[in-house]
Amino acid sequence: MAIELKMPALSPTMEEGTLAKWLVKEGDTVKSGDILAEIETDKATMEYEAIDEGTIGQILVAEGTDNVKVGTVIATIAGDGEEASSSPVRAEPVEAPSLPSTPPDEKNGPSTSSGQTEEKAEKPAATERASDPAIPEGTAMVKLTVREALRDAMAEEMRKDDRVFVMGEEVAEYQGAYKVTQGLLQEFGPQRVVDTPITEYGFAGLGSGAAMGGLKPVIEFMTFNFAMQAIDHIINSAAKTNYMSGGQMRCPIVFRGPNGAASRVAAQHSQNYAPWYASVPGLIVISPYDAADAKGLMKAAIRSEDPVVFLENELLYGRSFEVPDVEDFVLPIGKARIMRAGSDVTIVSYSIGVGLALEAADALAAEGIDAEVIDLRTLRPLDTVTVLASLKKTNRLVVVEEGWPVCSIASELAMVAMEQGFDDLDAPVMRVCNEDVPLPYAANLEKAALVDAPRVIAAVKAVCNR
Amino acid sequence: MAKAPARKTAAPKKVASTPAPTANREKPRDPAPYDATPEELEKFYREMLLIRRFEEKAGQLYGLGLIGGFCHLYIGQEAVAVGLQSALDGDKDSVITGYRDHGHMLAYGIDPKVIMAELTGRAAGISRGKGGSMHMFSVEHKFYGGHGIVGAQVSLGTGLAFAHKYRGDGGVAMAYFGDGAANQGQVYESFNMAELWKLPIIFVIENNQYAMGTSVNRSSAEDQLYRRGESFRIPGMQVDGMDVLAVRGAAEAALEWVRAGKGPVLMELKTYRYRGHSMSDPAKYRSREEVQAVRDKSDAIEHLKKLMSDAGIGEETFKEIDKEIRQIVSDAADFAESAPEPELHELYTDVLVEQY
Repeated sequence: MAIELKMPALSPTMEEGTLAKWLVKEGDTVKSGDILAEIETDKATMEYEAIDEGTIGQILVAEGTDNVKVGTVIATIAGDGEEASSSPVRAEPVEAPSLPSTPPDEKNGPSTSSGQTEEKAEKPAATERASDPAIPEGTAMVKLTVREALRDAMAEEMRKDDRVFVMGEEVAEYQGAYKVTQGLLQEFGPQRVVDTPITEYGFAGLGSGAAMGGLKPVIEFMTFNFAMQAIDHIINSAAKTNYMSGGQMRCPIVFRGPNGAASRVAAQHSQNYAPWYASVPGLIVISPYDAADAKGLMKAAIRSEDPVVFLENELLYGRSFEVPDVEDFVLPIGKARIMRAGSDVTIVSYSIGVGLALEAADALAAEGIDAEVIDLRTLRPLDTVTVLASLKKTNRLVVVEEGWPVCSIASELAMVAMEQGFDDLDAPVMRVCNEDVPLPYAANLEKAALVDAPRVIAAVKAVCNR
Repeated sequence: MAKAPARKTAAPKKVASTPAPTANREKPRDPAPYDATPEELEKFYREMLLIRRFEEKAGQLYGLGLIGGFCHLYIGQEAVAVGLQSALDGDKDSVITGYRDHGHMLAYGIDPKVIMAELTGRAAGISRGKGGSMHMFSVEHKFYGGHGIVGAQVSLGTGLAFAHKYRGDGGVAMAYFGDGAANQGQVYESFNMAELWKLPIIFVIENNQYAMGTSVNRSSAEDQLYRRGESFRIPGMQVDGMDVLAVRGAAEAALEWVRAGKGPVLMELKTYRYRGHSMSDPAKYRSREEVQAVRDKSDAIEHLKKLMSDAGIGEETFKEIDKEIRQIVSDAADFAESAPEPELHELYTDVLVEQY
């Protein structure tokens, strides 16, 4: 029986990749450790090594093929005594149950129908999106991933202001652990794109001190889980300085990096810190969903004279969205965005939860419930005006948050609705959050712990008495 | 170069199992006591005396309930701030310290009135009454605080040094911390980056021998704190912090090294605080005799006074100076007691710089 070589998953969130180059040809003998191919993910180019010995039978996916789904059989190896030219077994691409599915790809034949779609938020939203009022009608748009949008925002601000520098682990030569800083070292050099040792507390403090001393640091945490070691500087040094000094000493710094659950990395690498930082006076907290907001708000964050915690999401980095193709696209901090106008119920969310909310709104529309979806975008200061105006219109409020329910942005918004929108409420505010447990590793438990669209739909129906 | 691996100099056939000791690594020159002019001696004396009298007054006001919260006095340590900061270039160098910060501000010539008014929590205070004893800043003087979290100022100071190097402005950062902070992890994270990137910074350990009530010997596996930078290749200096001329002389040697782009220096200043850690210190961890012995034998101000007397300065001059200083401190206290408290609306100002 020939051994099937399948498209490997080279990172926890990889769904597909490009088969960049074959380094072997049919009939070659290979042994364990030989490099068979180069595979490009959205983050990096990786070498694909043989694990088994034998002769390359058939190469089933030609080099240069894009969007090869993880699990697709890309070649076969004939074992000892087998004919290398035995008829190929074109297996159905098998999707590892842990990996998210994506829409079928024409180039690679039928996609899986496993139905184990964990990341419904990853699906391109079919919703008719309300246009962002900050973007004038008729603006030319360009498609960018969130990752590219963030990089472009940093690069543009670095070109404009030589006080801006980027510092963190693997931001320079490695091109960013999640490739967000790709190309910055090449353009701006090692003085402004600084690789640090693994020393979060130290470089968060160093960055804060540099900001006090007049620079504008962008400090990348590989993920915000690691910023726990540095949270003293974010809060005690950066957030409080302006107040403690009577407005004399500023700390204009951006702390950025991925936040929230990634995929199958378990409890210590999967946490949403938005409610933590959003509780601290003196900080600005931003957590965008799409690429346009990522770009416009990152530029605003870098320009701000206040310390900003900028919470990204690893699962969104590779997603493409329309971004205004204008010279200097900056968005206002502290303004929510109506992603989808509706009249029956208001669904408020931020970051990856916005995708779930939009997906739920689509499904609800088919059942005759017209949901308004609001993306908070900034979590501190919170745009309660937009939320309350929507509540006044719909009289029902559901908050969706990829994070724990206790002491959350959701619970804060429920309080805001009680204090300032009580008379507008026709039903109790409901929150749809992750389960109140550390995030488990097992695929089924992880799926059960995380917020998803069916839960949003159920909550909306409950508040609409449907 | 001094930092060449020791292996290169070893005989070829020898197996270099461990690198040779680094005795031949370049170090800052051995410091010599500073050769002060009579004017400089008098200036040091005035500054040190101002710190002492100011702190005594602050202690009194604390006892009267006019100063609240935590209040850490600098009495006994005056020669450190005065000796070091007199060597800095006020136009380009920066200073940062922990919560025992009154002395460093006074040594930088910041108006005693606005410092004392901050201690009493008044609108005229340097932080408009919102910082208090531990959180005072003067960006104008490149004095960056005044930080209440033990050790935080070391990383922040490393950032100030990073900014100096980034801008190429020729400035040096001086980051003070105590023997207690010397056991904080972020200090070593900062040492590593500072030496790795050759940042222009002088790390100053003010070793007053007690971290609150825990003596250095009870808290530190390596109690010779000037050696704490060795594994990062940061040269260390141990200095008599009770002798302002020794301090100034050591500062010059350290500054030479740092300004030449050779990276950081770690200075350990051996000093002593006469008062408690803060105002609420029961002082059960050391004897009265110990404190008295230091006062009698090693007091920094008495030491300087003797040098000046030996140089021919008469008792009249000292009396004159003492009177002047007492007046300055008394004026500062009057100001701090009579200045109004902040307006209530100030509660909400300066949380953020911008409006969103």
